[in-house]
Order: sequence, then structure tokens, then C-alpha cells
Amino acid sequence: MRLLQAPKRRAGVGALALLLTLLLSACAENAPQDVLDPAGPVAREADQLWDITFGIAVVVFVLVEAALVFTVLKFRRRPGREAAQFHGNTRVEVLLTVIPALILAGIAVPTVSSIFSLAAEPPGALQVKLIGHRFWWEYQYTGAGVVTANELHIPTGRPVYINLEGALTDRVTGEAAVNHSYWIPRLAGTQDIIPGRNTYMTIEADEPGTYLGQCKEFCGLGHAYMRQRVIAHRPAEFETWLQDQGEAPPAPTGLAAEGEQLFTSGQFPGGPACVSCHAAESTELTAPNTGPNLTHFAGRQTFAAGVFENNEENLSAWLADPAAVKPGATMPDLGLTQEQIDALIAYLETRE
Amino acid sequence: MSAQEAALASTQEHHTSTGLDNTKMVMWAFLGSECLFFGSLITTYLLYRSTVLPDSGPVPSEIYDIPYTSVSSFVLLMSSLTMVLALSSSQRGDMRGMRIWLLATALLGVTFVGGQIFEFTDFVHEGLTLGSSPAGSAFFVLTGFHGAHVSVGILMLLSLVGMSMSDKLQPGAARKVELIGLYWHFVDIVWVVIFTVVYLIPLE
Amino acid sequence: MATAALFERRGFMSRPSATTGWWSWVTTVDHKKIGILYGFTAFIFFLIGGIEALAIRAQLAGPDGTILDADTYNQLFTMHGITMIFLVVMPMGVGLMNYFIPLMIGARDVAFPRLNAFSYWVFALGGLFLYSSFVLGGAPSGGWFGYAPLNRELPNYGMTFYSLGLQMLGVASLAGAVNFIITILNMRAPGMTLMRMPVFIWMSLVTSFLLLFAMPIIAVALFQLMFDRAYGANFFNPAEGGDPILWQHLFWLFGHPEVYIMILPAMGIVSEVLPTFARKPIFGYAAIVFAGIAIGFMGWGVWAHHMFTTGLGPVANAAFALSTMFIAVPTGIKIFNWIGTLWGGSIEFKPPLMFSLGFVSMFIIGGLSGVTHSIVPHDAQQQDTYYIVAHFHYVLFGGAIFGLFSGIYYWWPKIFGRYLSNGLGHLHFWLMLIGFNLTFGPFHILGLQGMPRRISVYPDEMGWNFWNLISTIGSGVIAASVLVFILNAVRTRTKGEEAGADPWDGRTLEWSVPSPPPAYNFAEEPVVRHRDDFWHTKYIEVPEKSPRRVLAGGANGHDEHSEHGHIHLPSPSYFPAMAATGLPVMGYGVIYNDTGASWPLIVSGILIIMLSLFGWVLEPSVHEE
Repeated sequence: MRLLQAPKRRAGVGALALLLTLLLSACAENAPQDVLDPAGPVAREADQLWDITFGIAVVVFVLVEAALVFTVLKFRRRPGREAAQFHGNTRVEVLLTVIPALILAGIAVPTVSSIFSLAAEPPGALQVKLIGHRFWWEYQYTGAGVVTANELHIPTGRPVYINLEGALTDRVTGEAAVNHSYWIPRLAGTQDIIPGRNTYMTIEADEPGTYLGQCKEFCGLGHAYMRQRVIAHRPAEFETWLQDQGEAPPAPTGLAAEGEQLFTSGQFPGGPACVSCHAAESTELTAPNTGPNLTHFAGRQTFAAGVFENNEENLSAWLADPAAVKPGATMPDLGLTQEQIDALIAYLETRE
Repeated sequence: MSAQEAALASTQEHHTSTGLDNTKMVMWAFLGSECLFFGSLITTYLLYRSTVLPDSGPVPSEIYDIPYTSVSSFVLLMSSLTMVLALSSSQRGDMRGMRIWLLATALLGVTFVGGQIFEFTDFVHEGLTLGSSPAGSAFFVLTGFHGAHVSVGILMLLSLVGMSMSDKLQPGAARKVELIGLYWHFVDIVWVVIFTVVYLIPLE
Repeated sequence: MATAALFERRGFMSRPSATTGWWSWVTTVDHKKIGILYGFTAFIFFLIGGIEALAIRAQLAGPDGTILDADTYNQLFTMHGITMIFLVVMPMGVGLMNYFIPLMIGARDVAFPRLNAFSYWVFALGGLFLYSSFVLGGAPSGGWFGYAPLNRELPNYGMTFYSLGLQMLGVASLAGAVNFIITILNMRAPGMTLMRMPVFIWMSLVTSFLLLFAMPIIAVALFQLMFDRAYGANFFNPAEGGDPILWQHLFWLFGHPEVYIMILPAMGIVSEVLPTFARKPIFGYAAIVFAGIAIGFMGWGVWAHHMFTTGLGPVANAAFALSTMFIAVPTGIKIFNWIGTLWGGSIEFKPPLMFSLGFVSMFIIGGLSGVTHSIVPHDAQQQDTYYIVAHFHYVLFGGAIFGLFSGIYYWWPKIFGRYLSNGLGHLHFWLMLIGFNLTFGPFHILGLQGMPRRISVYPDEMGWNFWNLISTIGSGVIAASVLVFILNAVRTRTKGEEAGADPWDGRTLEWSVPSPPPAYNFAEEPVVRHRDDFWHTKYIEVPEKSPRRVLAGGANGHDEHSEHGHIHLPSPSYFPAMAATGLPVMGYGVIYNDTGASWPLIVSGILIIMLSLFGWVLEPSVHEE
């Protein structure tokens, strides 16, 4: 036990752990939600504040911990030396009160400035309304009158001003809606979605690509399964995408046509026909919106709020029993047969 | 020593570092926390006082009967006066007088609570209930807790009377009456705030 | 009233007089026994909360975990938080405060011994009530913070248990707080002015005032939730116009002072341990005291820093950012003054000191990460991620728990008359320090890599696998360290070296009485002439030079005119425990409010409380034979 008592060893262990931590945090590989890798001006502004503050914090940490370790080592009990009996040192105490206060005041200035600048609606922004549901995301491009779900497409190099609207009730169960928060770390910090209230945030991406995020505000069973993606396109490509959203998808034939029949008028043991909750022919704001709008479903990378890759196997499992694969999902188990599932999947694949 | 001197000497049980009696300090501390309790309830009411969706019953301030509530407020205010008289009697050693004034205080308190109950049943008939709207919830929980506090006060007043009658109040009767008096006055002051904020201040 | 006389005549309700055996523990009003009850119960809950944490870590050890389903996970993380905050850190602090406040101020007991017992029983029964939810339909699963509207929508009885159980614990805390305030203000030994009180007493006083004013706020929020869930009210129903933000304001107005309630007693302990083991007075006593008071006041002005992402607006956000930054200043004062206490000292590395050093070093980290949260635009990134989980575990585990263990090792010889083993104590410390940093250090990284809180599972390819695994391994190391402590505590009962009255050459009055102290604490009421008065009965202080031990026959600080002969101690009583049982009875009545048992249960509970209170008031505090 003598070994473990030695404060040097303690200091060594502590320092090593810390170094490791710092080192490895800098080399995070493949962390798609990496907060420290901003991909747009909004995220970068917060990141710059972080760099200053974290830098100061590290310096303070090193100085104070070193002072602690040094003191403990230097003044360990040794025969022949007694403790010095002083009660304080006013000058030192005042200094060590004023210096931290000044450092904090220094950090406060850029912080407050950023708080105000980030809260303002940026000029020329693309306007999007976002509604958080249990457990999926609804997006409305208010200018174009287009509704989509779960994957938000934006143009690069242009701010997107999102109005996060808290729905009052859950559209499926009728219960009170709950809080969520919308977060794509590489593009911006979070804002909460509060039922009955509107909050606002700006996101912007510099480069085209797919940016991942998820709900952070605990919302119940499905909280871990409420993820999102933002797909950024160059402006021209984005305009094309938005236009395509407003157009009707191709008419289905063959098995897909059978699927359309089931979608619009199927009689299922576990619930109504799909069309009572989901739109698959139109992205207008007036289309059915109890569940995600599926009009251009085939173009999505994922479904069920970013949880599953959009492929036949996953769709099949989902349609067989949604809540079994995604806890908390409020889409009912319709009691579909495998043939019905195959037909519906064929139909969904035509929703381009 | 005289009854008065004995009564006054019994204001404190033991020697204390601050010179203030322990139980009196406890009551003050407790009333301090009650300020936060009622403060939170009143704040909630202020937030919700006009939060009534269409077809969800009345807005509370539309159905208040100010003259009626003024009378019951007056009754409660008078009970503070009788409480002071009860304390004064106990300090003079006049136990019979103390019991009469304590009973008077309790009676006025009962009248107040009775008036509240009558007022509430009226509101319920007009559609304002605990569940009709956030305004209804805030109103009934605030006034309900206040009424519960008054009721607990009435029980304590009657207990004082009972203890006095079975000769269990002395020594230290005046101290105990003062303690309950503090509580009673506090509950009265809370009512003054509620009456002003909830009933009197109009919605814009 | 004839009630008390009735009980006495009947015999079976006669005034209890047992001083040994389990019945003596149920009826005790002795602050020392009550302190031990608090400590023991809190430790059991620490083990339970720890097992909940181990289950969470097992589920999150790797991606796509399948050990726990989402509902079970949500219950476990909710109960882990509730347990550690309300059933471990707070009561453990209260237990030490209970045992040592009277001893450190030279009193024989607290101001209201039966109220003290009542506080304990309400806490213990409230904890049991909360845990009974596991077998009565499911534990609360809305998080310890229980945000609305989710808190009113969750099915089964869980969140109703939440609203009632926390309410009961709040009653216990409030009763304890008023008791400590009056005890500290009114029962100090002659000569102990406020500025001669030990720092631990000051911190206990500030903590008690915080409790006094914070508990009623959450009581209102919990009542509102109860009315929403059980009686159809609409406080938090957005469909009827209810505002979920109201819950957040009420909760955090309580919640932020709550974190200072948890940390201040531990800071007080550190302020006693460091001077003792460095053999010199605390550096900057006045500054440390005033910093503690400042933290108490300023703690009321920072609550909305938990709400930076709820759309309060830039003005509110800026205001709370500033207040949050500046609360770091008094905290810094304490840390610098603790280092100043060690400076120039003669430091002995015994376990109490190791844990206090652990507190200081870990709290520096937790405090600094807290300052980074005040950078509002970046808090929008940190909020609800593991970065926040890292911060509060560093201050609550690295801080409060380490501080409480420091107190446990420091005061164990006084309480039980035996030392805890030094060797096992060091092993416990190092294992716990390493395990703690392995578990929670990676959370900083995980949060900054984008891992949110409160998720029951995470997918592969997020870059989170490695650090989650490390963290789970760390949690195992923590568990091992706790086993070492249990071994130490059990062994010392039979094999522990006996300790005298003053095992550490201490500074404060509790070391002037035998170990364990007699029921009456002090044979004669001490008279206090200095801060650290006990130290001054042993040493003459020569400024800037070493202290000199007083020659035999020096002032022993006893008042020749103090009471001699028979010491009146408050007598044991049933009524506090009896009254406490009324609350869970009422609670079950509200839980089952959709059955016929509801009103009978509620009324029975009220009657139990009323009858107990009558008995309590009518029985004298000291039973004359």
C-alpha cells in the first residue's frame, strides 16, 4: 500500500488519463455527429467560442492541478518540519478573486455578442417549418408549399431558418405531444421543440453532403430511434430537387399497382388503409399528415426517422410490425400478409 | 410572581444563542418556506389566469363575485383581530378570555372556509372546474391549498382550546398561542395577496 | 386531551424506553443514532443506484445493445438519477450533519429531536414507496427531471409514484432543514460566535436555508403534476393551453439550488479534513465562509442555464450566461483557499485526506466544464449530450461522493470507536479514482462526438464504440472499489484498531468527547474562546511558527458554573415513526385513485398523521419517570 500512497503516482495516473483523453478526442475517426468538426458558419461561430473557452479552461486546469500536486508533494509530512500557522493572505486572495473574474468577463463579451447575432433571422434565408412528432420529423418548405419527412434537403452556402413548431397533440394517439430537440451537430447547436411554442434556429452547410443528427430531448420510448439527416446540395441541384418534390411521382404498374390499391383502399385487420395517415400522391400542405409524407419516399436514404436503411428487407420487417423494430412507434401492426407487404414495397419503390 | 409575569416568563423554554425562542424561530423559518410555496402557486395562476380555450368553460375572472369575496375576506381579516385578542388574553393570564377569543377566531375561520366552499360549488356549476382549463386548475389548486392551510389552522386553534380546558396548555400558554397566531396571521396575509392578485387585478 | 394519558394507562403504548435492540432504533430521538440510520440507509441506496448504473453501462457497452429493452432502460436511468440525488447524496450529507452538528457546536442534541426522527422515517419510507413502483406496474420512466408534457403522458403509475415519492422526500428535507437552522443558530455553546463556527457548520447552515426555500417550489410543481395525472387538471396539457416551460422553470428554480445543496456539505467536510491533516488552520476562513454564502445566494440566479435551448430569447440567455459564469468566482475562491490550506502544511496521507484531495482535483475538472456550459451558443451543442453527463458526474461523484467518503473515513473512529483500515482505505481511494475517471472521463469525448443522453441504444458507425466500452470497464472498477469499502467497514467491526477520542489530533469540539460519544455528548457544556477551540486547548498558537503543545493543566474550556448532576435528555418516542407512515398510506390512496380504496386510504393516512401529531404534541419531550 505504500506504493499507492505516493502522491507522485497519483499525479502520474491522473496526467496520463488526461493526456490520453485529449489526444484521442482530437482524432475521432468517423464520428458523423462530431461537434468539434463544424461544416457551416453557424456551427463554426459556436466552435470558435469553444476554442477560446476550452483553451483557457485547459490552461487553468493545468495550472491549478499542478499547483495542487506540487503543494501536496512539497509539503508532505517529514520529520523535523512543522506546519506554518498562517490564516490567510489578503493580497493573494484578492488577486485570485479578481483574476478569474476578469478572465470570465473576457469570455463573456464574445459570448453575449454571439448569443444576439445567432438569434437574429438571417437575411435571404430559406424558410422551413419543422414539426416534431412521436418519433419522426415533418418539414414544410413554406415558400414552395412542399411537405416532406425525416430527411431535410438544403442548399449549400445559404442560411436555412427553421421554425420549430411544437404540435399540441400526437396525431395518432391524441395524447399530449411531448418535447423534442432538433440537432445536426456539424451544422448548428440544438433548439428544443416545445408543444404549443415556436422556437427558431439557423443552419447552414458549406459543402454538399449528408449530415447526421438526432433528437436530444428525452421523449419517451422512441427517443433513441429519432434521428435525422440533412442532405445539402449545390443551389442549382437543390432547386431541381425542390421542383421534383412538387411533381407527382410516376404511375405504378404491375405489382406496384396492386400495392397502390392496398395503399388507398386496403382492408387490414390491424388498422385503416395507409392513405388515412400517409400521403403518397402529393406533397401539398393539405395532404394527409398523421404519418410521414411518402410521395417521394423512394428518394430517401433511410426511413423511420433515420433508423433503417431504405431497403426491402428493412421495409418488410417494419411493415410486418413497426413497434417491434422501433420501440414507441405509433404506426399500428396492420396484420399484413407477406404478399401484401411485397406489393406495398413495390408501390413505395415507385414513389420517386 | 403574578400570573402576568409567569405568563411572560414562559415565552421562552431554554436559553438560546440568539435570545430567540426555538419554536418561534421554527415557525418563522417554516413560514419563510411557505412564502415560496404560495409564491409558486400565485405565479402559476398569473401565468394561466386567462388560459381558457374556446368551449372550455369560463375565464375565472369573468365569474368572480367580488362583493361576496370581499365579505369573506373581511371575515378572515377580523379573525386576525380576534387572534390578537386571544394572544393578549393569554399574556395577561386570562385563560377564559383566551379560549373565547380562540373560539371566535376558529368560528370566523370556519365561516371563511364555508364561504369558499359555497363559492367553489357555484363556480363548478358555471363550468369552472379543476379540469376545465389551465386557468381552472391554477385557481382551484391555489385557493384550495390556501383553504387547506386555514383548515389546519382551525384544527390547531381548537386544539389549543381543548388543551387549555384539560389544563395541558400551561406552562408557556402565551408562547404556544403566539406560535399559532403567527401561522394564522401568515395565512391571512397570503389571502390578502391572493384576493388582490387573483380577484381584484383585472385582465387587460 | 386524554390521548397521552390513555396511551400511558394502556401500557402497550407507554413511552418507549429501550436503549438497545432494534426497537430502540425505531423510537430513537438521539441525533447520533439518527445520523447512523441516515448513513446506513443512504449507503444501501448507493448500492442499488450503483447496480442500476452498472445495468445501464452493460447495455451501452457496445452498439445495438440488447440487454435492456427501451422501457426498462428508461426506468433504470430515471431511478438511478432519483436514487443518487435524493436517496444517496442528500441523506448521506444529512446523516453526517445530523451526527456532527451538535457535537461541533457543543450541544447535546438538535433543537427538535422528534422532528429529526420524523425526517428520517419519512425519508426511509419515501424511498421504499418510490421503489415499490417497480413491482406495482413500473417505476418512473420520465427521467429524474420529469419534463412535461411527457411526465403527464407516460402510462402506468410510474410518474405518479414520482410525483408523490419526491413530495415525501421533500417533506423529510424540509423538516431536517428547519431543525438544523434552529440548532445552529440557537444551540451553540457559550462563546461560539458565528465566526468561530467550523466551516462545516456554516456550509450546513447555508445548505439548510437553500433547502428551506427550494423544496416548496418543487413541491408546487409535483402537486401540479399529481393533479394533472390523477385528478384531470391541465397544468401541463398543451392541448388545453398548458405550458410545458412552466414545469421547467419551477423544476430548475428548485433544481439549481439543489445542486448546491448536494455539494456544500461535502465542501464543508473538505474544509475540516484539509486543515486537520495539514496541521494548520484553514486558509482564508472568512473568504471561504462568505464564498459559501455567496454561492447560496447566486445559486438562485442561474436556473435557466438548464433551459438555454428552450427559446427564452437572447436577453434571458445572455443574463443567465453571465450569472452562470460569475458563480465560478466564489467556487474558485474555495479551491484556491484549499490549496492555500495545504501550502506550508505538514501533510499526512491518510484516507480522509486522500478523498478530500480527490474532491478538489475532480471538482476543478467538473467546475471548469461547467463554465464551458455557460457559453450559450456552444451549450446548444453540449446540452443533452454525454458532455453534460460528464460535468455533473465530476462534480457530484468526483465532488460530493468523494467528499462524503472523506467525511466517512474522517469521522468513522468517532462514531464507532474504531479506525477503518488505512490500507483498504487507500486501495478503495485509488480504485475509485481510477474507475471514476475511466467511467466518466470518456463522457466528455462522447458528448463532443455527438452522443446524446438518455438513449437506450446507439448504432454502430457513430464512432462511439471504443469510449463506451472503456466507460463500462471503468464502472466495474468503481464497483470493485465499493466492495473494498464494504470489506473495510465489515472487518473493522471486529478487527478494527480501537480509536481514542482524538485519533487525528483534531481541531474541533467533536474530538474532545469519547469515541463513541456518550448519549449526552458533553459531560459539561464547553465554553468556546477561539475558532478551532479544541486545538487551542492542546496548542498555543505562535503566528508563523509551529504550534506548541499546552502543558498539562491548561484551560480545558469548561464552564465551572455549567449544570452538574442529572442531564435531561429527550426521551424516545413512537410518534415520529408513526406519523411518517401516514404519508405513504396517503400516497397509495392517490396512486389507486381509480379504485374504491382511494379515499379510505387517503383519509386513513391523514388520521394516522393527525393522531400521531396529537400524541407527539401532548407528550413531554423529556419523559419524567
